[in-house]
Amino acid sequence: MFLKKIILISTLVFLLSQVFFAQNNEGVISGNFATTIQLYNEDTIINSAYPDHRLGANSFANLNFNKGNFSAGVRLESYLNPLEGYPQGFNGSGLGYRYANWNQDGLDVTVGNFYDQFGSGMILRIWESRDLGIDNAMDGLKVKYNPYKGIYVKGLIGKQRHTFNDGLNNGNGIVRGFDGEININELFDSTLLDSKLQVTIGGSFVSKFNDDNKTPDFILPKNVGAYGGRIAARYGKFRFFGEYIYKENDPYADPNFEDFNYIYKNGEGVLLNLGYSQKGFSVDLNAKHMDNMLWRSTNSTVQPTELMIGFMPALSTQHFYALAGTLYPYAPNFRGEIAFQADVLYKIPKKTKLGGKYGWDIGINYATAYAPERNFLNDDSTSRKSYETKLFNLSDSMFFQDINISVTKKINKKLKLKLQYLNFVFDDRTVEVTESKELIFADIAIADFTWKINEKHTLRFEAQNLWTKQDQGNWAYGLIEYTYSPHWFVALLDQYNYGNSIEEKRVHYVMASAGYIKGPHRFSVGYGRQRAGVFCVGGVCRLVPASNGLTFTITSSF
Amino acid sequence: MKNLFTTFITLFLFSTVAFCQLPNNVSLKDMDGKTVDISKLSNNGKPMIISFWATWCKPCKEELNTMAELYDDWVDETGVKLVAVSIDDARSTGRVEPYVNQQAWDYQILLDPNGDLKRAMNVNNVPHTFLLDGKGNIVWDHNNYAAGDEKKLYAELLKLSKK
Repeated sequence: MFLKKIILISTLVFLLSQVFFAQNNEGVISGNFATTIQLYNEDTIINSAYPDHRLGANSFANLNFNKGNFSAGVRLESYLNPLEGYPQGFNGSGLGYRYANWNQDGLDVTVGNFYDQFGSGMILRIWESRDLGIDNAMDGLKVKYNPYKGIYVKGLIGKQRHTFNDGLNNGNGIVRGFDGEININELFDSTLLDSKLQVTIGGSFVSKFNDDNKTPDFILPKNVGAYGGRIAARYGKFRFFGEYIYKENDPYADPNFEDFNYIYKNGEGVLLNLGYSQKGFSVDLNAKHMDNMLWRSTNSTVQPTELMIGFMPALSTQHFYALAGTLYPYAPNFRGEIAFQADVLYKIPKKTKLGGKYGWDIGINYATAYAPERNFLNDDSTSRKSYETKLFNLSDSMFFQDINISVTKKINKKLKLKLQYLNFVFDDRTVEVTESKELIFADIAIADFTWKINEKHTLRFEAQNLWTKQDQGNWAYGLIEYTYSPHWFVALLDQYNYGNSIEEKRVHYVMASAGYIKGPHRFSVGYGRQRAGVFCVGGVCRLVPASNGLTFTITSSF
Repeated sequence: MKNLFTTFITLFLFSTVAFCQLPNNVSLKDMDGKTVDISKLSNNGKPMIISFWATWCKPCKEELNTMAELYDDWVDETGVKLVAVSIDDARSTGRVEPYVNQQAWDYQILLDPNGDLKRAMNVNNVPHTFLLDGKGNIVWDHNNYAAGDEKKLYAELLKLSKK
């Protein structure tokens, strides 16, 4: 209530000032809107989602007002009923977000709801993804200040969005954070601004307070702190980023593993990135060690995506082709993992013997993740630290591996071909996103062929195949898509689980869709079967069930 | 809640029709780590294209690659500048620069890992491309990309430079 009053008063004060000191710059209202409506049919063969209410509708609209240095906004949200597979905790209609912001001379103040990120986000990432159903918006105060050239500081305090039930419901925990960053080259701009060596250093401190201990067996710390530093540097064509975060012990219930249940172990996270790139060629290397870094503003058990303070990036490619992207996607193990990734991009130059008229793009990617080597202490009844780890000391238990190579070739003015091959090893005994819970080996081949018929008309074909002896067996995928620029598209796709060991489950998932786009407005409609898919983000995977029916979406902005 | 609505309606009444401009409370970093105040983005009175993309977004890359082939001509004819805003987060920000260099894009690249500019410009999903006139007014925008859409953008761009 207090915050709402602040927003109200500040906007009124502003309005009055506008009346009395009429200015030339006019206020502007802008916003956006999106709705997805799904009508469900019964389809027992694919075990489709078939809720009693038959229809799901997720919608939101943002409205922003801006005038000079002042802005304010609201978001209205509606989940009537939430789409099947959308995370729990989104229900009804109401106000999900509101803020007022004022910005002048390097000082930026936000009251109400806000999003932000410190460094890579390991220590704090307040963000939203409306498609995935993630929103951990803070509700409180954020101040950013740029006191001197090259020096940036920000501080924030607030509660986090927990659920939505005809309106915003905040969690009980309070998050307090401070972050400072110095860009050395901006600071000493007279001599270093355009130096070959560019360096930025930063440091963060975040603490949370919560008093929601649900267990009589343990005394839990009510205040938990996390802190760390980072450096980003560039020298010519080389680039380096490193961040280290240390989190104090923050016990929580882990019903599946006693070794992680209410343990008083500190957590730590390291992210390293080294890259070299020049025109037509680049190498990018990543390494990550994260242990016991689940970081939420509560000690209670909540839904996986709720009340997250820190972000756990997966060191793997987010694949956009369907069979590669949503059957066996990897999400980091929140208890701990050591991961590596290497990426090489090369362009065989155009107008060479090998490259031909247009050249070739080649991409090679390797990603893997392991459990850390844990030295268990057997101290359940004493210190309860449970185990020790050493940085980048990995065990031989591999969670996941992805090796993939892609080639893109423009054949002539009208034809373009992209081929990709992927090899996955996916230990579902630990990742647990399929029903089979076994070690899965999969190979995927993809061909994507674009035929530009003329300036406005384009046909695109996609053929994919996945081979595996585990889980649901082999899959084939075919897509044909026709676009008529700039307004229309129609597409037909079929996914066929021909290798399923259960004969009745060897079914086709056929989906037809069409859409109309006009500037910032987009309408689309789809009808058919949707395969169950797994969507992973920030260390959390979510299974969206199979469905059969009609889907209608509108997105728009103004 | 009612109060808030009243406030907004009042604000709406007070605000007359005006072009949307770039937000004045967002700063992003470029690939050197330097901070760029978005309200100060300009192209000396010439038009500017702002295109939101991500390394995991296939149509985005198609759009920017197609425009890369035409970009030199567009710059010669209209003086336009293209700013490509990547919304990749910590999982893939490291891949932005390698990709940009592989494709040898001449665009100004900005990083928006937490969607600050995306939110401020009401972008629902990528690709989303804006055209700004020399005064920084958003005169045209388009969501999605299909081959050929760049023609429409080019036509709008020519309209601007003939004014």
